[in-house]
Amino acid sequence: MLTNLLKCFPWLSVVVALCLPNAAYAQLTTYQLQDWLNTPAASSHIGNLTGDVHAAALPYRRFCVGCHGNLGDGNGENAVWFITPMYAQPRNFQLAIFKCRSTPTGTLPTDQDLFDTIGRGMDRSNMPQWNPLSKQERADLVAWIKHYSPRWQTEKAGTPIQIPPEPEITPERVKAGQAVFAKMQCYKCHGVQGMANGPSASTLTDDLSQPISPFNFTDGSRPKCGSTDTDLYRIFMTGLDGTPMPSFADNIKPDEAWDLVFYLRTLQPHNAFNAKEREIAHQLGLKPVDPNAPAQ
Amino acid sequence: MKHTFNRGLAAILATLVVVGLLTRVMNQRASAAGEGKITGTVKFDGTPPHMRGIDMSKDPYCSKAHANDPAEMQTVVVGKSGGLANVVLYISEGLSADAANAKSTQVPVFDQKNCMYTPHVLAMDATQEFKVTTSDQTAHNIHPEPNPLTGNIPWNQSQPPGAPPIVKSWKTPEMIHVKCNIHPWMSGYFAVVKGPYATTDENGSYTIENVPPGNYTVTAWQESLPAQTQKVTVAAGKPATADFTFKGK
Repeated sequence: MLTNLLKCFPWLSVVVALCLPNAAYAQLTTYQLQDWLNTPAASSHIGNLTGDVHAAALPYRRFCVGCHGNLGDGNGENAVWFITPMYAQPRNFQLAIFKCRSTPTGTLPTDQDLFDTIGRGMDRSNMPQWNPLSKQERADLVAWIKHYSPRWQTEKAGTPIQIPPEPEITPERVKAGQAVFAKMQCYKCHGVQGMANGPSASTLTDDLSQPISPFNFTDGSRPKCGSTDTDLYRIFMTGLDGTPMPSFADNIKPDEAWDLVFYLRTLQPHNAFNAKEREIAHQLGLKPVDPNAPAQ
Repeated sequence: MKHTFNRGLAAILATLVVVGLLTRVMNQRASAAGEGKITGTVKFDGTPPHMRGIDMSKDPYCSKAHANDPAEMQTVVVGKSGGLANVVLYISEGLSADAANAKSTQVPVFDQKNCMYTPHVLAMDATQEFKVTTSDQTAHNIHPEPNPLTGNIPWNQSQPPGAPPIVKSWKTPEMIHVKCNIHPWMSGYFAVVKGPYATTDENGSYTIENVPPGNYTVTAWQESLPAQTQKVTVAAGKPATADFTFKGK
């Protein structure tokens, strides 16, 4: 009996070694995910709502699994039909890198950020607005999303960036915003008129090395992380992680940031938000920035 | 009762502090007296691969900076004497926990100059602070791409002309690719290791300083060629040698 066991020892050790989790690189298994469902990280708090991770199993299976996959890695059975750059690949929840955050670049988003993204959807992608889901269901799904990445068990969400109240718009502010646009060289990708045709636009790739295009301000599409003035402010201050869009939090002061928001509004065609900005730009006779002008 | 407890606690704490300070001083003495070095040269054997020239015409600032000195990719940089530059040498086995956690006091600086990274590969210790600076009059974004599941989290920050340095650190050892999305040719590495390290210069020579005596495995890492290892024995006050040769096709 003992000799038999000893004979098997090399094989047994190989089997044991294969079963041991190979650090973070190992493919997640459904067994592991079952365990992670019961960690304190798999929870969410949005206002008065508390997400119940176990209640999200059914809605996830019904609405999300097709693209985001059983293991949350963005490899659902529909993912192969997502042709970039028209449609970005579904988010990989295991890496926990998210575009739409209120938190600094390189940090986890807040529960509220994930909740908002589910409701808002992603313009120009296959992610629809999930308004038909109740708020409670969306909160449950946030908790569910958080059980996919071990990062939620060891890291805390970042501290949301401070956004001061929006000042009154003035022609000086729009002009100052244009100066920020020129100084930060936003036109390198977004183009001098915001038409997504800057010199670097055609070479951009996302973190999956898939081609990605910068936001076109002029074609009427909605920014991926929200359309309000505060959303615009947040987008360029936090950056969209996983994409070429960097964070400008260290380089744009809060007051200048509002100026830039006002200027960006003038680039957009008429919409629900920018009547004043467009009128001011018209009165000022604002011309696109000149990349070859000497730095101020 | 409470008072005696507090006094006892204070006495224990004081002893701990004294013992801790003593061991620290003794450790420093030991390392100062017996520190060794590992030196050597890294050569490239064969025909170096062709390095593609870089067309910077999309950014007038960059192309002007390289008007008389056309830039080329730096994936494999071989010097005149056959030395291989930008190879990171570090001790992958044999370091004591103390030596592995010792951080070099110099702050490594990663500069963006003429739309290229200087140095192309920046070695550093895990949790050691490093600086990213810009000498350019054009906007860059610094976008390192570590694997977030290792504990190193990717970030992406802009650095327009005149912007202050970005000070960061990495949690765990990893060879992290870093790029600039605005200038797609810009590609470099943060080589995050544990313990003493060195990077080869253009002649391929290197010196790892502050190595306590012992038996080690030294790893030579190059971004595009398979890494190599060598066993090295370091004696007190005597530099050990480890030469490496990377083979081309």
